[in-house]
Amino acid sequence: MRRLLFILPVSALIILGAIFFMLLADKTRDPGAVPSPLVGKPVPAFSLPRLDGNGSVTEADLKGAVTVFNVFASWCLPCRVEHPVLMRMAADKRLRIVGLNYKDKPEDAKKWLAELGNPFAVVASDRQGRAAIDFGVYGVPETFIIDARGIIRHKHVGPIHASEYPDRIAPVIERLLREGGGK
Amino acid sequence: MMRALLFAASLFAAFNAAQMPAFAIGSNEALADPAQEARARELFRQLRCLVCQNQSIDDSDADLARDLRVLVRERIKAGDSNEQVLRFLTQRYGDFVLLKPPLKSSTVALWAAPFALLVVGGGVIALRARRRARPAPAALDDAERARLARLLADDERPRT
Amino acid sequence: MIAETGHFALILAALIAAFQCVLPLAGAARGDQRLMDSGRTAAVAQFLFITVAFFSLMHAYVVSDFSVANVVQNSHSAKPMLYKIAGVWGNHEGSMVLWVLILALFGAAIAVFGRNLPHELRARVLAVQGMIGLAFLLFILATSNPFLRVDPAPMDGRGLNPILQDPGLAFHPPFLYLGYVGFSVAFAFAVAALIEGRVDAAWARWVRPWTLAAWCALTLGIALGSWWAYYELGWGGFWFWDPVENASFMPWLAGTALLHSAIVVEKRDALKSWTILLAILTFILAMMGTFLVRSGVLTSVHTFATDPGRGLFILALLLIAAVGSLGLYAWRAPGLRTGGVFAPISREGGLVLNNLLLATATATVLLGTLYPLLLEALDAGKVSVGAPYYNLTFVPIMAPLIVAMGIGPMLAWKRGDLPGVLARLRIAAIVTGIVICGAILLNDGPLMAVLGVGLACWLFMGALSELAERIRLFRIPLRESLRRLAHLPPAAIGMTVAHVSMAVIVLGITASAAWQSERVLVMAPGDGVDLAGYRVTLDRVEKVPGPNYTAERAAMSVTRKGNVVTVLRPEKRAFVTPPQTTTEAAIHTTWLADIYAVIGDPVAPKAGEGGKAGWTVRLYHNPLVPWIWIGAVIMVVGGLISLADRRHRVGAPARKTRSAETPAAGAA
Repeated sequence: MRRLLFILPVSALIILGAIFFMLLADKTRDPGAVPSPLVGKPVPAFSLPRLDGNGSVTEADLKGAVTVFNVFASWCLPCRVEHPVLMRMAADKRLRIVGLNYKDKPEDAKKWLAELGNPFAVVASDRQGRAAIDFGVYGVPETFIIDARGIIRHKHVGPIHASEYPDRIAPVIERLLREGGGK
Repeated sequence: MMRALLFAASLFAAFNAAQMPAFAIGSNEALADPAQEARARELFRQLRCLVCQNQSIDDSDADLARDLRVLVRERIKAGDSNEQVLRFLTQRYGDFVLLKPPLKSSTVALWAAPFALLVVGGGVIALRARRRARPAPAALDDAERARLARLLADDERPRT
Repeated sequence: MIAETGHFALILAALIAAFQCVLPLAGAARGDQRLMDSGRTAAVAQFLFITVAFFSLMHAYVVSDFSVANVVQNSHSAKPMLYKIAGVWGNHEGSMVLWVLILALFGAAIAVFGRNLPHELRARVLAVQGMIGLAFLLFILATSNPFLRVDPAPMDGRGLNPILQDPGLAFHPPFLYLGYVGFSVAFAFAVAALIEGRVDAAWARWVRPWTLAAWCALTLGIALGSWWAYYELGWGGFWFWDPVENASFMPWLAGTALLHSAIVVEKRDALKSWTILLAILTFILAMMGTFLVRSGVLTSVHTFATDPGRGLFILALLLIAAVGSLGLYAWRAPGLRTGGVFAPISREGGLVLNNLLLATATATVLLGTLYPLLLEALDAGKVSVGAPYYNLTFVPIMAPLIVAMGIGPMLAWKRGDLPGVLARLRIAAIVTGIVICGAILLNDGPLMAVLGVGLACWLFMGALSELAERIRLFRIPLRESLRRLAHLPPAAIGMTVAHVSMAVIVLGITASAAWQSERVLVMAPGDGVDLAGYRVTLDRVEKVPGPNYTAERAAMSVTRKGNVVTVLRPEKRAFVTPPQTTTEAAIHTTWLADIYAVIGDPVAPKAGEGGKAGWTVRLYHNPLVPWIWIGAVIMVVGGLISLADRRHRVGAPARKTRSAETPAAGAA
């Protein structure tokens, strides 16, 4: 019993070390990422004007097909980094890509898309960022992957780097497509 | 250590808040009812500014923090209880948004440990003190006790 | 060329450190005086070579040698000289060199000033220091070499993060490292004592001054850091329970416990294995802080840019140190003879309570810091542990400690007379009662404020009562009392000063948290606003050029009953390299409060709605907030007074009792 007391500190430190090791050895771990409680839940309801001014976008536009829902803004530099990846995803006709233009002037966003190419089937304009809060957005860019039933299945925080796409995004999309609901 | 070193990096580099235009929702003004405003301030201190990682939204000037402050004030004005406001936010951002971790099965250890440690530590100390005190027979009269103390003191002096 | 010299010097220092960990140890085991003495030479040589390396790096910064990658990444030719110099440790690699420099400084100090230590003990202590030095030198050389060149050299550097371009950077890290690394001496003494299997009063007497010196430096380092955050980050807070702040606070708490438990070892030959454990854990916690900040295992406002290789390397170092020392502890400590017996109510008992509470407080901060990581590792979700958690756990643990601090120093050794002590504290109790009643009547903030004020008053009065008791104030003629005061041992005065400082800090924290006034509003030139009895008027905002930035500077006049008190000039600075803006708060400090002003973004009137043009302004009135840092400085002064005590002086030439050679009791 007395001995046990003396062995306690070293045992505690070894366990702690093992935990630190687990965390450090996990290469995919992002210590700053916040897991979204919305994963596994239906998309929240919203209604926003379309960026092009022709009517509105609602949660119904995210249902019925596997959808990539990307939060972007023209003032956001990392968005430029992931833009080519979105363009490549747009070439995949099985997917629908919807944009949420976050706290942006519509004319700036339109110019940005004209310049870099428009991967989006439709873009919702969230000038106040209120819909983004309902999606639990805390930075730009963020990307949600939504299945055909309108359930959020994955969230990616920060730009999708071309190098990350094959490991972190593509498998999710392929799985959802296999479940059915390609466009 | 490097105080504030990456405060800026988390804000500016990753999410480009530096260039974020100030489109905060509505106004950032205090509620007219002082009691409601006090509740809002209390809630602000319990909510984490997600962009800046370790500050409450009360402390932060980040755009998102400002939006969340406005949101909290709106909900309070609409008659939400504190719990309802917090639930509204955890439904969107998860428990991570709460600076005060909610008491649930995964956080029992966190909340109980400090006080458990105090009790266990106190117990161990008391036990060892009693074990050490045990050799002294209980029934000593005052004179004997004084003599014993004297002897013990004498016993220790040469060593020290 | 100079950079290569620095690199080479680091390699040599590592080689010397390798000898330093083996030779003296072998010497001590065989009783070979020459081998034991080689440790002293090695410690001094290691220090000299690391000094060469450090100044080589500093040279590269001062002359803006952009062929050195580290300078390119963290400096810029237009940066003021102070920040070129301080910039050396404003980054991971350079700060590690400072870390090992301070470590080697302590090693050399033991070699030079530790003349009176038993030779075996000194040899073993130096060997342990050598091991720590070797480990961190290898870490620098393998993963964080600051002397790497870039070819071709760019025209200019990328600049230093503007938030770090502040005098705070010049002083905060060096003092913090003096503290962290200084605890390595206590660690080395503990490991050496475990190897020898002997802990006695003399051991405690030798280890205390080093611990005290490190503790003073860490106290100052933390206080400077908190002050820096207060004026630089611009929202008037001074402590955020951020993981990295906690990382510096845990060794402080453990070190404080160690200072107190070492007293018991010194005076009463008790609590030996506990004190050894504390000495080990204090440094392990300091190393863990280094790990948390530099490994990338968590994010914090302060973490360095990291890569996983470094993280694993430091983790390995941490584990080797922890398993080695704590394993040795598990093996050897049960054999340490338990010493002096004492009653629960006694000075020792009080110090045990102090240690129980401080250890629990340390564990609480540790748990709060690591819990999110634990949950993440168990895949049980992600939580935040912030200020509200610590307010509900840490504060209730500290409150009884402060109550006990008022009583403990008056208890007699071995067996105390609690009723007697309480009787002698009746004046303190009465004053505290009156103050609490006054606080209840006047308080318009939270109820906690009353508690804080009461605790501070109790502690202050308790410390003074203890001093009055010692000099028999008002019971013998005043002149006689003053004579006694003059002849008190410095250690006793140091304790009183340090305890009083704690009261000052508690009062500062309480008042600033409970009675802060704040105004956040849009102001146009000419607008005025009332703030805690003052009127603050925005006079104008103008553009001002700085050395490597341009600033928008406001002028706000502060008046009280029509009289101008001061003009505050907060700034918003826009830096070019790297492109960032910082806010520079303007603070008017009086003995009783700070008036704190920050200027934010200009606000344009909204199209259609009209609205107001002007600037966002944040104003605070922080009562007693300067007392926090004044208290910390007093605390350090208390520590230094204690350090001046002949019995604590490092390497004091004469020791009256217990010479080093006397085999003291307690050998296993």
